[in-house]
Amino acid sequence: MELLGLYNYFVFAVLLMVGLYCILARTNIIKSLIGLTIFQGAVFLLYISMDKIDGGTGPIILEGAPADTIYANPLPQVLILTAIVVGISTTALGLAVAVRIREAYGTIEEDEIQEMDREQ
Amino acid sequence: MTLHDQLPALLVVVPLVTAPIAYLLRAHGLPWAAAVAANVTAFIIACALAATVYGGETIIYEMGGWPAPYGIVLHIDALSALMAMLVTGASAAALIFGAKSLADEVGEEIAPSFFAAWILCTAGLTGMVITGDAFNIFVFMEISSLSTYILVSAGPDRRALVATYRYIVMGTIGATLYLIGVGFLYMATGSLNTVDIAARIGDVTEVRLLLVAAGFITVGLALKAAIFPLHSWMPNAYTFAPNVVTVFIAAASAKVSLYVLIRIDYAIFYKNIPNHELQLALLLVPMGILALFAGSMLAIYEKNLKRLLAYSSVAQVGYIALGISMASVSGLTAAIVHMFNHGLIKGGMFMAVACLALRYRSVNIANLAGAGRAMPWTMAAFVIGGLGLIGVPLTPGFISKWYLVLGALEKGGLGAVLVAAILLSSLLAVIYVWKVVEVAYFKEPRANAVPVEREAPLVMLIPTWIVVLAGLWIAIDSSMPVTMATLGAETLLGAR
Repeated sequence: MELLGLYNYFVFAVLLMVGLYCILARTNIIKSLIGLTIFQGAVFLLYISMDKIDGGTGPIILEGAPADTIYANPLPQVLILTAIVVGISTTALGLAVAVRIREAYGTIEEDEIQEMDREQ
Repeated sequence: MTLHDQLPALLVVVPLVTAPIAYLLRAHGLPWAAAVAANVTAFIIACALAATVYGGETIIYEMGGWPAPYGIVLHIDALSALMAMLVTGASAAALIFGAKSLADEVGEEIAPSFFAAWILCTAGLTGMVITGDAFNIFVFMEISSLSTYILVSAGPDRRALVATYRYIVMGTIGATLYLIGVGFLYMATGSLNTVDIAARIGDVTEVRLLLVAAGFITVGLALKAAIFPLHSWMPNAYTFAPNVVTVFIAAASAKVSLYVLIRIDYAIFYKNIPNHELQLALLLVPMGILALFAGSMLAIYEKNLKRLLAYSSVAQVGYIALGISMASVSGLTAAIVHMFNHGLIKGGMFMAVACLALRYRSVNIANLAGAGRAMPWTMAAFVIGGLGLIGVPLTPGFISKWYLVLGALEKGGLGAVLVAAILLSSLLAVIYVWKVVEVAYFKEPRANAVPVEREAPLVMLIPTWIVVLAGLWIAIDSSMPVTMATLGAETLLGAR
């Protein structure tokens, strides 16, 4: 049963591989960027899973809460907030580059772009 | 608290604060001036820090007064000070050198954002070098990477955009793998401070978890450092970036990832995973040797001068990887000295290429016929750099290869194979450097080519020669980088 208890981590691994496959297998730049986002999203899940403590509540100290309250670890949550911001910036930059590629080449299919570069 | 105590924080804060200011300066030339001011200041700070730690002590700076392991600390020893000098020096030199070349390649309207990105890149790289927090390294890594993507995409050719896109994908995968590794480390030890992790990791009984963490971190950083065969983003990014950006990223940015690789692997994993020496060698020795030969062979067959130098960087990173894999003081010293020396050599060579590109409007080797006569000073700088890549005595490349061979000889039988590989790949470097020399000095320009009669402008030539002469000076009196690298290596291996 212990293995089933780790299903968060299985989902993490599956998402990671789905993202990687999507990056590698797609020639469309937008689809690859979606893959990249999934790839990064998997890591968010990893961090969020590790901060969970059995019976732990949100890491906010309330007045009148019993002294023996168990709290989840707030540090990974903070870390992953940072990582989410980084992920969004990366995606935004990638999409901006995609827009400029489309302006310069008229396509966002990598194989077509390669074809055009070869002719140059 | 005197100003001197605050220097570690200022090294990052000065560029970080200047970046938005540079973005707001809309007058001609001002963003460039702001970037130069920030980078020169950072370089002076880095030199002052290096002078402080030269004797072997370590500066620990607690950000916001929070002690480790609760707060983020900046951790500066000889190794990080040496890298900080390399990063800020390369950035300042490239900026001062590049005013004319950038005005030529980067349009006036994007100049404020371009220079803001440049300053952020310096801030990110210096941050990676001096921080003592594993997650903080990731944050600074992404600051520097995102701004490097912007710098590369400013290249004049539209292929710069595709190169940027590849770089974004590969760079993000690398950084994410590193982040996963740090996550596993945090799970195992409950700490993010590198010193604290190293202290706690001995209690971890689950070696497999540590191995997975080490694997993710090493591969992620190898991807960022462009160790063969994970280099695929690098040649095109170097080729299509604006020439001055190539000077900067070739000299500094890939080196910083190698630095983090050395730092994390030796400070945390080396003593705490059984047989880690062997695991590291099994990964890095084949990669390094392949890099030496594949990089050199690709360079030999390359027609574009910038891509030729990029492939040569792939080979040179191979030397550094070999040095890292040796897990001995001399091997690590060689790797660190070569990071520094290769930064000087490649920086100088790409500066010469930028001069050539300004006059010839092309970096195809075939078009550079007659450059030896038309631009004697530029080509002389290029040739001295080339001799450094080969490792001829009295060039900085010789110093680092000397230490690398010494390190290899300590290893006995396998070491002899490494020495043979190092010497053989140096011969390959002769071929690709000679290829450029032959065209530039001994070929007549094509009849229909526009004749180039003028040497590069002095504002570009003088910085190029300052870098070249600094390299030659290091080659004659190499005590500064070697002392700092030895100190760094001994600290990492726990010999001190």
